[in-house]
Amino acid sequence: METVKSGRIWKFGDHISTDFMMPGHRVLANPGISPEEAAKFCMEANRPGWAVSEVQAGDILVAGKNFGCGSSRNGSQSLKALGLSVVLAESVSRIHLRNAVNTGLPTLVAPGITAFVEEGQRIEVNIVTGTVENLDTGGMLQAEAWEEGTPPYELLMAGGLDAFMRAKLKERGLVSS
Amino acid sequence: MGMTIAEKILAAHAGADTVTSGQYVWCKVDATSGHRLPELEEFGVDRVWDKDKVFMVDDHQAPPPTIAAANKVKELRRLIKKYDITNFFEYGRGGILHQVFAENGMYAPGELVAQCDSHSTAGGVFNACVTNANLDAVHVLAFGELWFRVPESVRVILNGTLPSWCVGKDVILKVASELGTDYGLYRSVEYTGPVASQMTMAQRWTVTNMGVEVGAKFAIFEGDDKTDAFLKDRVTRPYEHVTADPDASYVAEYEFDLSDLTPMVARPGDPGNGVPVESVKSERVKVDQAFLGSCTNARLEDLEVAARILKGRKVHPDVRMLVSPSSQEVFGEALKAGYLETLLDAGALVEHSTCGPCYGGHLGVLGDHETCISSSNRNFTGRMGSPLSHVWLSSPATVAASAIAGEIADPREYL
Ligand code: SF4
Repeated sequence: METVKSGRIWKFGDHISTDFMMPGHRVLANPGISPEEAAKFCMEANRPGWAVSEVQAGDILVAGKNFGCGSSRNGSQSLKALGLSVVLAESVSRIHLRNAVNTGLPTLVAPGITAFVEEGQRIEVNIVTGTVENLDTGGMLQAEAWEEGTPPYELLMAGGLDAFMRAKLKERGLVSS
Repeated sequence: MGMTIAEKILAAHAGADTVTSGQYVWCKVDATSGHRLPELEEFGVDRVWDKDKVFMVDDHQAPPPTIAAANKVKELRRLIKKYDITNFFEYGRGGILHQVFAENGMYAPGELVAQCDSHSTAGGVFNACVTNANLDAVHVLAFGELWFRVPESVRVILNGTLPSWCVGKDVILKVASELGTDYGLYRSVEYTGPVASQMTMAQRWTVTNMGVEVGAKFAIFEGDDKTDAFLKDRVTRPYEHVTADPDASYVAEYEFDLSDLTPMVARPGDPGNGVPVESVKSERVKVDQAFLGSCTNARLEDLEVAARILKGRKVHPDVRMLVSPSSQEVFGEALKAGYLETLLDAGALVEHSTCGPCYGGHLGVLGDHETCISSSNRNFTGRMGSPLSHVWLSSPATVAASAIAGEIADPREYL
C-alpha cells in the first residue's frame, strides 16, 4: 500500500454514526446492493448530495469525536467506494476502526485534527508515521500511527483482511492454491 | 500487578499469565456467529474450525419482506448445511440473536466470544468478554482465533437502591447522560456495586446491551447466583466466575448513587441525551408509535411491566403500539403468562420476535416527521426509518405509559 496520501478535505462533526454512512432503510433493507450503489446514500441524512456529486476520488475525510459510532455495518466500505484515500478523526469507534483496517481504508486517530484543517484545504498524510501536513498553512500534526508488527499494521499493509486471510490460509494448508 | 476481568479473560485466551492494556494479542475464541460463512466459502475453505461453536439466526429481515431477502436467507440455509452448523435457529425457534444465542448456551463466565453485530457487548452480562467482530469474524470461522488490543478498563460503581419503576434502561440512560456516549470508547467497562447486585439479569442485560452505545469493547458484570440461575440447563460445560483483582488498575472509576433515580428518556439524536421523564412533561411530546421490542428491552419482565401498566387500559387512539418479544422463547413465556393477551386487549400489535422496527428495516418503519418512543437502544437520525422521524428511548414502562397517554408520560402515574 502507498504510504503517503494527499488530498482535499471534507469536514464532518462529532458522533458521525455508521447509520449516516450506510442508512439502514437504503442499504440493509436492500440485500445484494453493490458497494458502489450503497455508497451513493452515504451521509444522505446529514449532507444530502455529497456522496453523489461532491466527493471525488482521492479526497480525505476529517471528522470529530467518536467517528463511526453505532451499528457494526461497515461504513468504511462506502467511504472507500467513494474513493476517499484516508480518514482522520479526533477519535474513532472501535468497531469502525476495525472495519476500516479490514477494508484497507487507512483511518487514523488524530487528536486536534478538527482545529488543524478547514474544509477544502489540502493535506498530506503519511499513514505509517502518522505525520499530517496542512499543505495550505504549512502546519504539522501528529496522528496516532499503527505500531509496526502489530496485527492491524500487518492487515493494513497487506491491503486489508482479504489478502491477509488468503496468505494465512495457504500457510496453514487450509486451501490448496 | 492485579488484573481486571477483561485482562484476565484475554490473558487466559492468549495463553499468557498476564496482559496489560495497549498490548496486542492473538486469542483463542470460544464462539462466533455464522454471518461470514459466505466469505469463508469464497476463500475456498471447506470446514469451520468448530461447528458446535458457530451460532446463527436470521433476525434482521425475518421473515423476509422481499425476494432478495428471501434468497439471502435461502443461501444462508445452504451454508448452514454445508458447514454442518449445529446451532442454527429457524423462524419460529429463533428471534433476535443476542437473546437466542444466550438462551441456547453460547455464553458462559470467563469466555471470550467475537460475533457479528454491534450489540454483542450484551453478552458481557454473563461475566464474559463478548464483543463485535465484523469482516474478521471469517478469521474466527477459519482459525478459531482473533487479534485483540487489550483495552483499558473502566469501573462504574452503582450505589444505593434502585427505586421502583426504575430499571436497567433508566440506569444506563442516566450514566450515559452524565458520562457521555464515549466513556467506554475502546474500553472494557465493568459494572459493580450494590445496584449491580440488586438488578435482575434482564436489567443488567440492558446495560451491557447498550455497552456499544457508550463505545465499549466489553461491558461486563460480575457473576453471581442470578447468572448461574439463567445459565442452568443452558450451559452444561464447566465455568468459573471471573473477578477483578483488588489491585487491578482502572483508567477511570465513576460512582453513581441511584437512590434518587427517576424514569429517564433520551431525546432524539443520541443515546446520551437522557433526561428525567418528568422534565419533558411540559413539552407534551406526542407519539405516533410506541415500540416495545429489540434485544435491549423485550424480555419477559419487560413485557410483564408493560402488561401491568396496560391492564384494563387502552392504547391511545392516535398511537400504534408495536410489541416484539426478544425471542420466540420469550414470546411463548409471555403468551403462557397472559401478558400478550393483556397487550392485545389494550390494542397493541403483537409481532413475532424480529429486529425489523428497531433498525428501520420493516414491520414498523417510521414515516416523515413521525415520533416513536422506543425501548430499543438507538435514537440516531433515521434509525427507525425516515431521516425526518424522531426516536426517543426509554424503559418498557415508559413506553407503555406513553402509549396510553399519547404523549411521553411518566410510568409512575400509572401505578
Ligand atoms: S434488535 Fe435492534 S439493536 Fe438489537 S440486534 Fe436487532 S437491529 Fe440490532
